[in-house]
Amino acid sequence: MKSLEELRAIREKMQGKVGVRAESEDQIRVVVGMATCGIASGARPVLTALSDAVQEQNLSEKISVTQTGCIGLCQYEPIVEVMVPGKEKVTYVKMTPEKALEVLRLHLLGGQVVSKYTLSAAQEQNA
Amino acid sequence: MPEISLNILDVAENSVRAEASLIEITVSVQPEEDTLTVIIKDDGCGMTPEQAASVQDPFFTTRTTRKVGLGVPFFKQAAESTGGSFRIDSEKGKGTTVKAVFGLSHIDRMPLGDISSTVQTLIVFNEHIDFRYTYEYGGKSFILDTREMREMLGEGISFSEPEITAFIKEYLETNKAETDGGAEI
Repeated sequence: MKSLEELRAIREKMQGKVGVRAESEDQIRVVVGMATCGIASGARPVLTALSDAVQEQNLSEKISVTQTGCIGLCQYEPIVEVMVPGKEKVTYVKMTPEKALEVLRLHLLGGQVVSKYTLSAAQEQNA
Repeated sequence: MPEISLNILDVAENSVRAEASLIEITVSVQPEEDTLTVIIKDDGCGMTPEQAASVQDPFFTTRTTRKVGLGVPFFKQAAESTGGSFRIDSEKGKGTTVKAVFGLSHIDRMPLGDISSTVQTLIVFNEHIDFRYTYEYGGKSFILDTREMREMLGEGISFSEPEITAFIKEYLETNKAETDGGAEI
């Protein structure tokens, strides 16, 4: 069995490097819908993929990943909303972990909206 | 919902919204009794008896973004369709306990799924709340209590630090495997 004692060692190692991360105004906010509709359509792996990637690539200061409730567009879940400071909010729909990582690479890091996954693209298809 | 663990994630989010400060989640697998029991207990705002009854109705919800609330009805149906049982005990101002018992070997019982991932998600994304998670298999068990974690970590270290997130995941997965011997559930 793993023991919580290991946390003491982790704490020692982390001394000095903690407390640097505060929510800043120029941070990109990524929000994943995690109500019944989102969870049932696969939001948990999307959220995990995004937050793991942000951690692995040391992007926590630049990008914050959080969850929210039902956005009211249940048929389009899993939904990921991207808020880049000074820009209009972009809503990505029917996300998968793979699509979410593409959004991370192209939009969050590259600054290019991935139009094919957006709500408006999905709505046009249905029209 | 394709997995019991997703029902747990969903129903525990109700406890988060009920402004709980402590959420206790128990998953108990008892092959000898042929049961899988899930208990989610919170100290949130609680409900009146009328509300506790109506959340089991799909056309009741407190949210305004849509008119149906399927979280609790999904969970109830999933349990009852396996010859199990479901109950909610709630007291206004005290908190709510949801208990679902599944028939372990029943053909309609969905898999438990990635319960470690569910618990990790709840802990990391709701850092302002304490969680006590108990996993039992037969006579064996392990516990993860965020209050104990905070004691070890001291002030100022967030659960969302990569080292801590990774530790939580490893702790949950390793101890689960040692508790149930890697049984498929």
